[in-house]
Amino acid sequence: MTTLTATFKDRSAVAAWTREHGVYIALALLIVYNAIATPNFLKLDTVQLLFSQVPPVIIVALGMALVIGTGGVDLSVGSIMAIASAVLAKFVVGGTPIGLAMLYAVIAGLLVGVFNGLVVAFARVQPIVATLGVLVAGRGIALVITGGALVELFVPIFKDIRLGKFLGVPYVMIVAALLAAGVAFLVRRTAFGYRLLAIGGNRRASVLAGLPVRRTLIFVYAISGTLAAVAGVIATARLRASDPSYIGLLMELSAITAVVVGGTPLNGGRVRILGTVTGAILLQLLESTLVSHNAPDSVARMVEALIIIAAVYVQRPSRSSR
Amino acid sequence: MTAPTTKPQKTVAVAADHGGREAARARARSLTSLISRNGAVAVLILVVVLGALIVPSFGKPDNLRNVALAASFIGIIAAGMTFVIICGGIDLSVGSTYALATIISAMYAPRGSFIAVLYALLAAGLVGLIQGLIIARWRLPAFIVTLAGLTGVRGLVYFITNEGNDHPKIDGRLAFEALGTGSLATIGTPVWIMLVVFGIGWWALNRTPFGQSVQAVGGNQGAAELMGLPVKRTQTIVYVVSGLCAGLSGVLTTALSGGGQEARIGDAYELSAIAAVVIGGTLLSGGVGSMVGTLAGVLLLFVIQNLIVQGANLNSYVQQVVSGGFLLVVVILQAVLSRRAGTSET
Repeated sequence: MTTLTATFKDRSAVAAWTREHGVYIALALLIVYNAIATPNFLKLDTVQLLFSQVPPVIIVALGMALVIGTGGVDLSVGSIMAIASAVLAKFVVGGTPIGLAMLYAVIAGLLVGVFNGLVVAFARVQPIVATLGVLVAGRGIALVITGGALVELFVPIFKDIRLGKFLGVPYVMIVAALLAAGVAFLVRRTAFGYRLLAIGGNRRASVLAGLPVRRTLIFVYAISGTLAAVAGVIATARLRASDPSYIGLLMELSAITAVVVGGTPLNGGRVRILGTVTGAILLQLLESTLVSHNAPDSVARMVEALIIIAAVYVQRPSRSSR
Repeated sequence: MTAPTTKPQKTVAVAADHGGREAARARARSLTSLISRNGAVAVLILVVVLGALIVPSFGKPDNLRNVALAASFIGIIAAGMTFVIICGGIDLSVGSTYALATIISAMYAPRGSFIAVLYALLAAGLVGLIQGLIIARWRLPAFIVTLAGLTGVRGLVYFITNEGNDHPKIDGRLAFEALGTGSLATIGTPVWIMLVVFGIGWWALNRTPFGQSVQAVGGNQGAAELMGLPVKRTQTIVYVVSGLCAGLSGVLTTALSGGGQEARIGDAYELSAIAAVVIGGTLLSGGVGSMVGTLAGVLLLFVIQNLIVQGANLNSYVQQVVSGGFLLVVVILQAVLSRRAGTSET
């Protein structure tokens, strides 16, 4: 009897550990697989390439993780990237210094985020529909700003954003890491972070407990919008152009996938920042692995679908904790 | 059971009410509730009448026929989506499933109409079944499972079309083409098929035990389980229904166009379908919703789009801004109205 309960405990402990660390295990496995099966994988170039590709997803996913932590979802992030890119192009073409233009682009994202937050907090529209409206309208706004055309941008600093490295680490990855640290601090060490998780856990109880629910929600969507705009600026620098019909397309799906694969539950009340970053890296590495093995795009998509299902299956709540 | 989120009506208070003030308030509440429930129908009538008065070209029978035809494809998808959302779920995979059925029905057209339609619907139903089983049995979040479905099924579509390079066409005339190109009383067959789908959907939702289960599961899954309702079976079936609707819509598209579709067809259709359902007054939280509302929601989306094209000479980007803005206005009004009516919690 005692041995039976002991093994039972062991097994549930293993299950719990896998649940908590699934995304890290998956990333480790994928790295080991690549080290063995992919030629030239363990070279600095490969890692640098990965680290220069993944930051936009990480940055958007950080904001998305906060929104999902409140029990919401932000579908507008891809369109916000496009708006930021269009605003950047508009000001650069108009002769504004690049630093100021970037600032305006980020402010544009902040404003869209605040709008999302107002609609969710005051009108109490369900986040998925509110941000769906902004997804549709936002890309239209971006296209209106640039007149629908691709705007090529020749700005010296874009080369630094694209290729610059500090001690071998691309600048953009350093920015992503700093933002991740900032968001982690926000969630774990500030009253704002606790409020955010409380709202995700139970919005009604948070209202009754006298928490500033509306203000917190507006802040959360504003952060998500701001981060999406930063990602939009980086994407523009990498493309060397502003293409509002392309930049940030389907980014909302990549970001949500990274967050969920990283172990943040969709119904809110819990946020995992390191998991989110790992999830984003995992998905990017998966994609480049499939590319380096000459898997066609179609197969890559199907494999991605299976990975998503596997990730949420491993992390599904156990029966007792439900 | 039909509206578990509704707060208990204060019948006792009304009975003890002397000045009739409570009764008046209850009447006002039921009126706002009526408007918010059937808001889409009212707005649709208003917009169509005003549109016809202001924009002469909008009211012409030919134009209205075209609007209805264009709306029928998203309409059929939205009918299935209504079941999923009332059941408390969501189906993001319908755009990809629609594409799969479009391609398969064109691919198998050489083997006859029956096989082409059958295979397309089987594939679409199977997609729904697999997702439904995963969601119901493993209790994984519908949003993520169908998000994987969106990605995976689109991958499958690219796989069977040789990475999007094949555009299977129908050679010669086939019986099932009449499904798309035919017309009855001058109105295109797809429109009639959409109306039949909505009719069956209304009946199934409001007049059958299955419909009752769908509403109960969406309202409160735990309570539905305790009542002994077949929760898992209901959850599985709604995704099959949604898959089949997306498949039927895909088949009709091939029938109308004769095939030759791009592999990316149906991209973002899930968003239009969800928008139509929500505009129609179905709550995303599940438990409450109406087929009539969804039909009005779909028509409203397409009427507005058509009015923008016909009335104002706007380019496609501004059109996008207007349709997004319109969606926002509708959902904000709805949220405010339904709170006034006391049908939504904090």
